[in-house]
Amino acid sequence: MTGAIEIALRARRDAGRKLLVPYVTGGLGPDWVRVVEAVAAAGADAIEVGLPFSDPVMDGPVIQEASQQALAAGATPASILTELSRVDVDVPLVVMTYYNIVFRAGHRRFARSLADQGVSGAIVPDLPLIELDGWGAAADGAGVETILLVAPNTPDATLAQICERSHGWIYGVAVMGVTGERATLASTAATLGRRLKAATDKPVLLGVGVSTPEQAAEAAADADGVIVGSALVRRLLEGAGPDGAAAFVAELRAGLDAL
Amino acid sequence: MTSLMGHPSADGRFGEFGGRFLPESLIPACAELEAAFTDAWADPSFHAEYESVLHHYGGRPTPVTECRNLSAQLGVRLLLKREDLAHTGSHKINNVIGQALLARRMGKTRLIAETGAGQHGVATATAAALLGFECRIYMGAIDVVRQALNVFRMELLGAEVVPVSSGSRTLKDAINETLREWVATVGATHYCLGSVMGPHPYPWMVREFQRIVGTEAQGQCRELLDGEDPDVVVACVGGGSNAAGTFAGFVDTDARLVGVEPAGGAAIGRGIPGVVHGSKSYLLQDEHGQVLEAHSLSAGLDYPGVGPEHAHLAATGRVTYVAADDAEVLDAFSLLARTEGIIPALEPAHALAWVVRAAGTEELPAGCTVMVTLSGRGDKDVAQVAEMLHPRRIVESLM
Repeated sequence: MTGAIEIALRARRDAGRKLLVPYVTGGLGPDWVRVVEAVAAAGADAIEVGLPFSDPVMDGPVIQEASQQALAAGATPASILTELSRVDVDVPLVVMTYYNIVFRAGHRRFARSLADQGVSGAIVPDLPLIELDGWGAAADGAGVETILLVAPNTPDATLAQICERSHGWIYGVAVMGVTGERATLASTAATLGRRLKAATDKPVLLGVGVSTPEQAAEAAADADGVIVGSALVRRLLEGAGPDGAAAFVAELRAGLDAL
Repeated sequence: MTSLMGHPSADGRFGEFGGRFLPESLIPACAELEAAFTDAWADPSFHAEYESVLHHYGGRPTPVTECRNLSAQLGVRLLLKREDLAHTGSHKINNVIGQALLARRMGKTRLIAETGAGQHGVATATAAALLGFECRIYMGAIDVVRQALNVFRMELLGAEVVPVSSGSRTLKDAINETLREWVATVGATHYCLGSVMGPHPYPWMVREFQRIVGTEAQGQCRELLDGEDPDVVVACVGGGSNAAGTFAGFVDTDARLVGVEPAGGAAIGRGIPGVVHGSKSYLLQDEHGQVLEAHSLSAGLDYPGVGPEHAHLAATGRVTYVAADDAEVLDAFSLLARTEGIIPALEPAHALAWVVRAAGTEELPAGCTVMVTLSGRGDKDVAQVAEMLHPRRIVESLM
């Protein structure tokens, strides 16, 4: 299956562009939908929207806080997906959530609800390759691209299987750790980027600990692009709003375009 | 021969429950741990060292005590497996000694662990002190305040205690934070998980390290009961480690097995499957899949999930799971103290509360024999219970 995300990202990459995927927590603040639209207009190639979960083990303090605020404001997976269906952007939308949200809804029902609301892909960080089967089949059946993660310590054989099974892009976790800003890009980023690029022709994006335009450019040198979450969400928590979010994404874009 | 409470399937399942639902970064560590435990548990020298430490240092075997006074009052013959007499005051020491010896065998230099009320944190800090590990314990910020003495105990034992201020600031968040740290430090660090939960191999490994409770108890009961097994065996269930260890010793007998959950945290009782902290089991959650907090007077049972093997044992019907509420738990706590001179921890007071309620009914007919695992001693709970039973007296004593 080659879906809309992979087709769109391949086309842009093959045209010489480095890819940028910002992450926005769904339901964070009353204007989060406008944030998604502003981020798209500022140069994103796809957008990751978090469906907040009560126990996000792959996330550091910033996204934890954003998730709690969104949940406290009454956000639910269904309410976020409904609002997303009204978002007017011309780049693919991907949800990032945890497996219990998917499992509770039911694999097929969740996959269908994503497809119905115009969401092209899903990232479920606590669903590793060895547990993928049930969700993977349902997502494939609904035409939803499941983007799998590879860690710096993932063995070569598993890395190859993940590259084969992942749809949309391959998500390289740049650092051994959870999401959050870092002062410098981890040395594991370049190594993992090169390993992945050697293993697959699918788009390879590095995320986790990619916090600044400089780090984005550094990471993208060994990959097809980057995912930036906490650095953007922190600005949203500080009140940046759609304009501030767009300004930061434009900076990231400029950093990547300078490569 | 039953296959219950043997080896889980290759993908870490007990029936449909269990598994390894974790970020890809932790999958190699779980595989490494599974291989190391499989190897160690097949090695007689590892068993010998584990049993030797638990004997000479941990105080094992713990006795089985016949409660003559309470038996006369209830009309059933009540036996207690006395884990309250183990070093550090609960069964938790069995698991941490096993895991610490395994971590040393794996070349790890650091232990990290979550704790709720503090019993597992104290036990882990103890094993770390004994075997020379660095040790960090994550504890919900609310529990740090509620269990200040246990925080001091852990620090006295050389551990660093890190308060967790995310989420509900209790046990489940302490587990989240320990997992988050483990993702970053997995090379030299072993996560010493405290119950029969988490990703494969933890539910299986922790049950095996607690099996000694059930194995000892089964032999001791046969000595006391002229070669017979008890009619009923009861243990409290939060994550379910003392129950898993106890049941492992009796699952192949004719004894009826009963697990007692707190009424405010009855994951099995409510029966909704879910996935958190690495495995699929029953889970307290809302309609959207957000995990709910458990509430009971016993911090050690305040966990919204339950070990996956218990979910399987419930599904097969081999174990019956029931619930006890706070009021009857307090009554049972006081009753055992007065009749037998044993102050139980609030956790096993749940198991006793069910025995008191069921005695003389068809669940526990008059004249039958029942063994309860007294998983820990009540010293840690005395101040809390005093405040609940005699608030005025405590206030006056402070004036």
